[in-house]
Amino acid sequence: MPVLLIGTKKGVFFLQADPDRRSWSIEGPHFLGHLAYHVVLDPRDRRTLLLAAKTGHLGPTVFRSTDLGKTWSEASSPPAFARAPEGEKGRVVDHVFWLQPGAESEPGVWYAGVSPPALFRSEDAGNTWLPVAGWNDHPMWGTWTEDGADGTPDGSILHSVNVDPRDARHLYIAASGGGVFESLDGGDDWRPLNRGCAADFNPEPNPDYGHDPHCVRLHPLAPDVLWQQNHCGIYRLERPAEEWQRVGDNMPREVGDIGFPIELHPRDPDAAWVFPMDGTDVWPRTSPGGRPAVYRTRDAGQSWRRCDQGLPREHAWLTVLRQAMAVDAHDPVGVYFGTTTGQLWASSDEGDTWTRIADNLPHVYSVEVVEPAP
Amino acid sequence: MRVSIPTPLRSYTGEAALVEAEGTTIRELLVDLDRRHPGIRFRMIDEQDGIRPHVKIFVNREQIADLEVRVGPRDEVQILQALSGG
Repeated sequence: MPVLLIGTKKGVFFLQADPDRRSWSIEGPHFLGHLAYHVVLDPRDRRTLLLAAKTGHLGPTVFRSTDLGKTWSEASSPPAFARAPEGEKGRVVDHVFWLQPGAESEPGVWYAGVSPPALFRSEDAGNTWLPVAGWNDHPMWGTWTEDGADGTPDGSILHSVNVDPRDARHLYIAASGGGVFESLDGGDDWRPLNRGCAADFNPEPNPDYGHDPHCVRLHPLAPDVLWQQNHCGIYRLERPAEEWQRVGDNMPREVGDIGFPIELHPRDPDAAWVFPMDGTDVWPRTSPGGRPAVYRTRDAGQSWRRCDQGLPREHAWLTVLRQAMAVDAHDPVGVYFGTTTGQLWASSDEGDTWTRIADNLPHVYSVEVVEPAP
Repeated sequence: MRVSIPTPLRSYTGEAALVEAEGTTIRELLVDLDRRHPGIRFRMIDEQDGIRPHVKIFVNREQIADLEVRVGPRDEVQILQALSGG
């Protein structure tokens, strides 16, 4: 049965479902008081958990568990930049933000996206980490990322690490800000992949880079299909095409197509869920009109259906961050999201109806749904 | 010499508030502290050898900003956390 891994501003919580996904029991907190940005289970062994964490006052690190969270140990060499030559200012990892297991063909390989927007790789299941120099020291890194300038309230970040399941050397990453980038050689070299995406905050109408992707997902069974929720809209791309299509234009005008997360149906590459937010005026980043809803498409974004049954009807100013939505692999698919106001919402019917399964948690950074090994 | 450890770092010292470490400079002392309590140094000193913003190190009650400050066996080293935020 699914287990939700919840990373919050004050630690980690687990929510365990009963067999029909109607009743949930909460366990935790683990690492109470830590900023728990992302907690992820390795789908290759279904036992190894990695946690990206820091506290408000201590440096960033990665914690590991090989017994599903019963015991934890710290990475012996967490993600860190190389020491700068004497007299030069070196980069410092502020926090580890995104954790991504590598391909099935590379057991033990993980990637970590950090702030400033840099990429790290582990080949020993998260115990030791090395910089991916092809990205971090790319001659264009400073240009693409504005030298890692603070582009978001929590600092500029690298996120949405996607590994092509057919080819472990084919990688996609996203930098906020900077855009989406692709590597065909295991991270040795990169190129922007942003054509078709708006960058309304940029005076150049169609820049090659400088975009603000919020979340990019590659479909696991149709790895040529990419979806993107970015700062300006919802996009879809079918490789080998190079130009993203703005499928968010098909959202209701009064709702718009701005948000943070996007989640894909595990079997149907034409189906996805988003959680729109208010991106007007000064960018409240809350549910438009205080009426929260998930929107679902089953036709590759040609149409979207509002899914709000069970959610508050008014005065619910919810924010769902880019890592705070998840789907399980059941049929029908379970959809989950956590809010910055500490609520967990679940749907066991692909978004048709919603139930609040936890409340009064800390600010939710991330939600992952997993099926641990027995 | 004795090193005073703040509560946020005591998970590395088996909850001990006072631990022993050796060195002739703060840099050497922290290397020895990390050898005895693996992982503790990186939580307070970044990869460019900068003291992290909310970490304060005192020698004989005087705050230091430089890891090359010399220390001796009778010196008292305190590591403090400037707790803030919500």
